[in-house]
Amino acid sequence: MATTTTATTTKLWGGGKSPFNVEYGKLMMWYFLMSDAFTFGAFLISYGTIRFSTNGWPDPNEVFKSFPFAPEGMNAPLVFVSIMTFILIISSVTMVLAVHAGHNMDKKGVVKNLIWTIIGGLAFLGCQAWEWTHLHHEGAWWGSNPFLNADGTASSTNFTNYFFTITGFHGFHVFSGVIINIVMLIMTLMDKFEQRGHYLMIEKAGLYWHFVDLVWVFVFTCFYLV
Amino acid sequence: MSNEAVVHAHGAVTTHEGHGDHHHEHHHHETFITKYVFSQDHKMIAKQFLITGMVWAVLGGLMSVLFRLQLGYPDATFPWLEDILGKWAKGGRITPEAYYALVTTHGTVLVFFVLTAGLSGTFANFLIPLQVGARDMASPFMNMLSYWFFFAASIVMLSSMFVETGPFSGGWTAYPPLSALGDASPGSKIGMDMWLISMALFVVSSLLGGLNYIATVLNMRTKGMSMTRMPLTIWALFFTAVLGVLSFPVLFSGFILLIFDRNFGTSFYLSDIFINGVGALPNEGGSAILYQHLFWFLGHPEVYIILLPAMGMVSEILSVNSRKPIFGYMAMIGSLFAIAILAFLVWAHHMFVTGLNPFLGSIFVLLTLLIAVPSAIKVFNWLTTLWRGNIRFTPGMMFAIGFVSLFISGGLTGIWLGNSALDIHLHDTYFVIAHFHIVMGVASMFGMFAGIYHWFPKMYGRYLNNTMGYIHFWVTIAGAYLIFWPMHYEGLAGMPRRYYDYSIWESFKQFAELNRFISTVAMIVFAVQLLFLFNFFYSIFKGRKVTTLNPWGATTLEWTTPIKPGHGNWVGEIPEVHRWAYDYGKDGKEFIAQTTPVGADESHH
Repeated sequence: MATTTTATTTKLWGGGKSPFNVEYGKLMMWYFLMSDAFTFGAFLISYGTIRFSTNGWPDPNEVFKSFPFAPEGMNAPLVFVSIMTFILIISSVTMVLAVHAGHNMDKKGVVKNLIWTIIGGLAFLGCQAWEWTHLHHEGAWWGSNPFLNADGTASSTNFTNYFFTITGFHGFHVFSGVIINIVMLIMTLMDKFEQRGHYLMIEKAGLYWHFVDLVWVFVFTCFYLV
Repeated sequence: MSNEAVVHAHGAVTTHEGHGDHHHEHHHHETFITKYVFSQDHKMIAKQFLITGMVWAVLGGLMSVLFRLQLGYPDATFPWLEDILGKWAKGGRITPEAYYALVTTHGTVLVFFVLTAGLSGTFANFLIPLQVGARDMASPFMNMLSYWFFFAASIVMLSSMFVETGPFSGGWTAYPPLSALGDASPGSKIGMDMWLISMALFVVSSLLGGLNYIATVLNMRTKGMSMTRMPLTIWALFFTAVLGVLSFPVLFSGFILLIFDRNFGTSFYLSDIFINGVGALPNEGGSAILYQHLFWFLGHPEVYIILLPAMGMVSEILSVNSRKPIFGYMAMIGSLFAIAILAFLVWAHHMFVTGLNPFLGSIFVLLTLLIAVPSAIKVFNWLTTLWRGNIRFTPGMMFAIGFVSLFISGGLTGIWLGNSALDIHLHDTYFVIAHFHIVMGVASMFGMFAGIYHWFPKMYGRYLNNTMGYIHFWVTIAGAYLIFWPMHYEGLAGMPRRYYDYSIWESFKQFAELNRFISTVAMIVFAVQLLFLFNFFYSIFKGRKVTTLNPWGATTLEWTTPIKPGHGNWVGEIPEVHRWAYDYGKDGKEFIAQTTPVGADESHH
């Protein structure tokens, strides 16, 4: 493989072939992800701008401290969101395994790992739905913020405004990813990729899924850790 | 199986599935619907973009005629205006609400629908596959979607003009709080919601198109078409697509926050606001300046999204019609690249007077003035391309030279405006109006006209009428200068933009006759554009027929296709490329096509 690569490097950009050795769909996916990174970047930078121009901000350890079915008043700061994050990261692992199985033309492996990824995505969305419902019951929503600043002063609504907008936008991405993965699963089961002789589509879906995971790392850091 | 193996084992993947085998005539059955409506042929999609853009250009131009009528004749009444505009022109005089709606919609439509979709939508679609040697775009289906999202955006924007409270009227930049609060003005109600929906659809269209343009340029060049053999049109359209893909999403984020502020009680952009008749609003903690940052992070690259395609086409047309290679090909690519990078680093020069930290302002002054360097490189390269050329003054060439003239005139005033100290005086005056209309608006329209005149024979297999073309050119360039040159003086005198009636201001009364003169010229120029439209549609059906494959004697690949290429562009194999696109007047030959192999005794360039 190494020898063939060196033999062709001089002509990589010479036309008649893809300079990156990828088909157009993957190229488009990379550029789309760059574009989407700018969307999220704009959101998070806006959030940072407003937060730094505001006198105080609620303490995430106080806001995100509850757990499903836990007794009232239990203090488990960031435990639930850590589980959510863990689930999402594990779903990335299963996605990698699905892509890898695709490289080996292993249909059964693709199906199994795609199903795990879909379950992981749905579990994450379920967790997010629970968290949103819980916060909503506490009186938090777009335009209303029941939490006080860390120093005990009244907080502006922008804490909840940004929280729901950005985690919502991310959740929408996860939701789209689950839909994409379900479509991939159906196509795999219908032997579409066996007929094409490659599982490149799974790879592209995988790129998207990893990107959504990566974005969550930033969202998680911005809202729960700092 | 490794990715590389997959790509090589399946040739259909590297080109594109579906069209790889359609070497000649149409195997697949084409109905009216698949050929003219939901077409996946890049050439047809280009024409769809072009004609939709022309419809918008007429509407947007007509709006400017209407508000120029108000500015030129602030005291007169025109009963026929009430006949067509109804309550928006009670008693034959355009109401202030209608005036602001007209100004706003004129800006939005011209910037986005005409000079973005109409310009790069048309020529990126038309020229990229033809000039890089591809049968179609990377994804013809996404390409089709790109047009139909634009169409949907157009329908929503058009509908917004017919709602009871009128279209959005807070300026094309849609600054909050005017755009965020329905109570702020009639146009800020449902009209603004529709404006946002339309623009969101437009962003999707632009993204689908842009991804396609990038993937096609990178992946689908024919054999031998290395990046540095590509015509400058393709380089320009490529950078345009990258700019769009990276800047529109930021605008999209800004719009989402705006939608929440409008409809869901958030305060992203709102703080400490008091509305007359409503009282104090509860919103606190937001920042209206934040929106301006998000908007101009798109807004400034958008200027180059509009300008770069024109620059690319002008480079190509100047070289072909001077019968000389473009001067400084690599410098042209380098300056395009520099402009594309700088485009992302100068947005705050639109915000010098918003309370921006003066130190930050000085950095943006520096970066802004740096753009003068690649711009000057381009201008001098165009002039040296013309220098001692064997110039053919075709209508396309006239418009290309006109572009260079306008770009110089408008670019020089950009140096004034880029200085934050001068901008304290000049911001929001007619000086700004004059500057950006000349350098971005009219110049890019000239680039677009140049492209239409030059590639019309490839689009429709016929020529546009030359006489009408020359009339169109001379009236338009003279008109453009007569309209916008005087505006510089008005702006230097401090005349603000967006006012409804200047005759009530002691300091601007002196401009009453000048304003009337500008309005008169604007109407004449608009009328001449109708002549162009007539020329366009008449020539599609009755124009002089193209009889040779390569009527301009150009080197590029689009002229190796049949006079009226079918879907798939080339009959038989796609030609291979052996040289760059600018071998004019080399070794005593008038031109050497890119498909001609390099001879043994040929000199090096």
